[in-house]
Amino acid sequence: RLVVCNAITKRRRHCLVAHLMLNLANVLNAKMMATLLSRRYKSITLSFHNYQQHLPAIIGARSSYYSSSAAATPHYQEAAYNNNRDDDQSPPQPFPYESYNPTNPDPNYPSLGPTSKLNLFQSINSALHTSLSTDPTAILFGEDVAFGGVFRTSQNLREEFGSQRVFNTPLSENGIAGMAIGYASVGGTAIGEIQFADYIFPAIDQIVNEMAKFRYRSGNQWSCGGVTLRTPCGAVGHGGLYHSQSPEAYLCHTPGLVVVMPRGPRCAKGLLLSSIRCKDPVIFLEPKILYRSAVEEVPDADYEIPLGKAEIMQKGTDVTIVGWGAQLRRLQLACDLASKEGISCELIDLRTLLPWDSETIIRSVKKTGKLIVSHEAPITCGFGAEVAATLQQECFFHLEAPIQRVAGYDTPFPLVAEKYYLPDETKNLDAIRKVMELAK
Amino acid sequence: MMLRVLNYPKPAIRRCSSKKMRTSSSTIVCSSEAAAAAATTASSSIAAKQHHRQFSSLPHHLARQNNGMVNIFVKSTKVPRPTLPKTFNRLKKPLKEEDVTTQHVPSHLSYASNKRMPITSEMRIVQPGEDTPSGIWPVFRMMDESGNFRQPDNSRHINVSKIIPPNHHDLLQLQSALTIQYPHFKHHFLSSGLFQPSKNPYPDMPLNKEEAEAADDVKNTLLRAHRQMIRLRKMDTILHNAQRQGRISFYMTHHGEEAIHMGSASALSPQDVIFAQYREAGLLMWRGFTLEQFCNQCFSNDHDLGKGRQMPIHYGCRALNYQTVSSPLGTQITQAVGAAYKFKLDAMNNKEKEAAISIVYFGEGAASTIDFHSACNFAATLGTPMIFFCRNNGYAISTPVEDQYAGDGIISRAPGYGMAGIRVDGNDVFAVHAAVAEARKLALETSAPVMIEAMTYRQGHHSTSDDSSRYRDMDEVQAAHDVTDPILRMDKFLRHYGWMDDDAVALIEDEERVAVLRAMEAAEARPGPKLDTMFTDVYHEKPPHLLRQETELRQHLKRHDIVYH
Repeated sequence: RLVVCNAITKRRRHCLVAHLMLNLANVLNAKMMATLLSRRYKSITLSFHNYQQHLPAIIGARSSYYSSSAAATPHYQEAAYNNNRDDDQSPPQPFPYESYNPTNPDPNYPSLGPTSKLNLFQSINSALHTSLSTDPTAILFGEDVAFGGVFRTSQNLREEFGSQRVFNTPLSENGIAGMAIGYASVGGTAIGEIQFADYIFPAIDQIVNEMAKFRYRSGNQWSCGGVTLRTPCGAVGHGGLYHSQSPEAYLCHTPGLVVVMPRGPRCAKGLLLSSIRCKDPVIFLEPKILYRSAVEEVPDADYEIPLGKAEIMQKGTDVTIVGWGAQLRRLQLACDLASKEGISCELIDLRTLLPWDSETIIRSVKKTGKLIVSHEAPITCGFGAEVAATLQQECFFHLEAPIQRVAGYDTPFPLVAEKYYLPDETKNLDAIRKVMELAK
Repeated sequence: MMLRVLNYPKPAIRRCSSKKMRTSSSTIVCSSEAAAAAATTASSSIAAKQHHRQFSSLPHHLARQNNGMVNIFVKSTKVPRPTLPKTFNRLKKPLKEEDVTTQHVPSHLSYASNKRMPITSEMRIVQPGEDTPSGIWPVFRMMDESGNFRQPDNSRHINVSKIIPPNHHDLLQLQSALTIQYPHFKHHFLSSGLFQPSKNPYPDMPLNKEEAEAADDVKNTLLRAHRQMIRLRKMDTILHNAQRQGRISFYMTHHGEEAIHMGSASALSPQDVIFAQYREAGLLMWRGFTLEQFCNQCFSNDHDLGKGRQMPIHYGCRALNYQTVSSPLGTQITQAVGAAYKFKLDAMNNKEKEAAISIVYFGEGAASTIDFHSACNFAATLGTPMIFFCRNNGYAISTPVEDQYAGDGIISRAPGYGMAGIRVDGNDVFAVHAAVAEARKLALETSAPVMIEAMTYRQGHHSTSDDSSRYRDMDEVQAAHDVTDPILRMDKFLRHYGWMDDDAVALIEDEERVAVLRAMEAAEARPGPKLDTMFTDVYHEKPPHLLRQETELRQHLKRHDIVYH
């Protein structure tokens, strides 16, 4: 093949070589590719325009899914967590998106006193500690909760509150959910942990048929409002089908449940305390990618964030962007990139997915006239569909462009192809540009 | 609540206390010997003397006559008044041959399955770690199909009625008599709540202030159990027919399982929370749910505690500690574990409060669900004080037990989970009561779950949507009704002691039937619940989207009033 290339013009040959290298990269080990390039084809690689841009693509870590002419790859350091190298012994890299306003006080929250720099699992630990201290009937249980939890969310709690209140259960999600319901129905506060949201499905019968309908079917004689089921959800970089799911769509289709997803440590503590104290059963979905990587100043005080209310993270005039959980970090980055192009985005965090705050979104869309909803879960029947349907019904005559949904594809969550699957900031930036274009 | 609705001539089921009344009354019901003695002169037969002496030892307030005459005994030095009832002395004599029957006593039991289970008179809750029964687990039974209690050697039983003359409805006397006669069951009789009169009158027993006996009867737990079994049977029959007439949409009967309800409910305390499946309305009835409340739920009117949201028979009552029934099978089993865990922590933190357990009922079909297995594992591992009560009634809709499991029923799973367990005869109200009482005690003492499998037979269809003749022989059902029926067994037992006869039973059945009919008519006449009950209680406060939807619906109804009127 390389001999044939000599007959073609130099420029085309270089492109051809690049193309071949790309194909070879899929087959060969990255290390072999690097040696190949460095030894034999240095001259060719050096003469590439912006070779550094394409080098990661050739090595195989990440390749641009856009044509090279429209290469507007973001100017960030490639995250090693997306590597699929077998010999990668490096510690998990932090999530490459910086937390918005990492140290500045958040204007949305009033001053809550002294703060500590905590990551997500530490802030959840703090909320659990507060709840167990203030509510004597509160218990925390689940698989592997006693030693601290597989994500360290419950560390040191058993030592402080005793083995009767913080304990392991046998490996059965339906048992965890059912036990939480029974405990709460006779007046206790039950905080159950499902180890991964992907494993919440054995408990779906208890959640949908029992938990959500407990108060309604008994005529308000019995209720299980003391139930809170916490579970890590969302993409983590290497999770694959069964450690990356976001099941909020299944849960939000159940009247009677409350579904909450925080976006960072600061609101996680407040939302978790609200959820535990809420008089309705709550499923609290924690984006697991943020457990270690998201670090914020979290107040030490006992504070609650109201459920059922969305939060406007930044105000804007051109387009409304709605998301929840870890997705907001990608959306924030997309908004920053869009602002460089002069587009002013209004970014809204739903926080509570059921019952969700449609009023805030409606007000915002009536102002901007454009809406983008973005989530990790598959696009068909994802929660974005609910937001889009409600907004088009309420704001049809205010819309200047069709509502865009930027979401995962209708495939099971892939492992190697995760970087292509996720609705990252590039796809969202494209959606913003598209919407601005259509509105003209 | 006054249930006396008929002016029915009261049968003289009580023993007359004076010689005068004995001779004049023509409707005395008692054992043949006493009647014969009454016919002869009072002084001639020893039996009559002893009989008289026996009654002379009665407290005076129990010596009233049927016609309201008070017969106050004057202390006489001529007639010696022993301190103990004569029965104690009498039994020390050797039994006569005619008092002992050699009627065949069954050694094995098989209600619906082809497995024959050995019957035992020894109640042993098999603890985890103990030797489990080798082979088929035995069935604990106290009272046979003939209403007689079993002897330990299971060979023959004694016709007690010939030895202990029928008496006034004195529970304690009956209890002591049984204790003497069947020392093998002494512990069970003495600790049985069925033989303990209530401190206050039961509100749902017929109240007739003129009758002193009735004043005693209203505190009579055993008679209440009998009456409620009949009441449940009548309610089932009438409401099942009401469904057939289109007056309610759905119903499930409890034919054949009444002994489980009354036997177990009487062994529980009011603070014990019940998680039921759907065929346990008798528990609620025992706790005090009235016929009106049952009918309100079935007719879904505005007085339904569930506010008309669920199908009929999905009862629930917070005040009586009975969790609302839900249709998915087995989900209540894991929930019961959670409730029991709460009670466990409460008992640890608050010693003054009365200890409580949670008890969960399920059929042998629901014991195949995931929740059953998770719950057993959780309960045994976490050590929650609770009772798993399995009603093995032979069928899960049309699925017989042969298609449900291959092992030895449900109870054989208990040791596998590390749980104590016992198998009882579910048609014997005394055995069920004894087992539940003992299991409750054990659960509280050891803070551990106990499983009880009650073998019984589902005589009725699964529900009104089922015709069981399509999958089982009606002869089998008829045999269950004629031979092993729990109400029949209780009835025979009471007749042995002269507490019941045909007239009395007919009276009770008639009273209960009329009471059910009245309750049903009253419930049917009531209006339905208001429209806003559809949108309330989804959450503790109505959220904005539900307010919006309710407004939409109201506007829609206003616009199309003709269609929906």
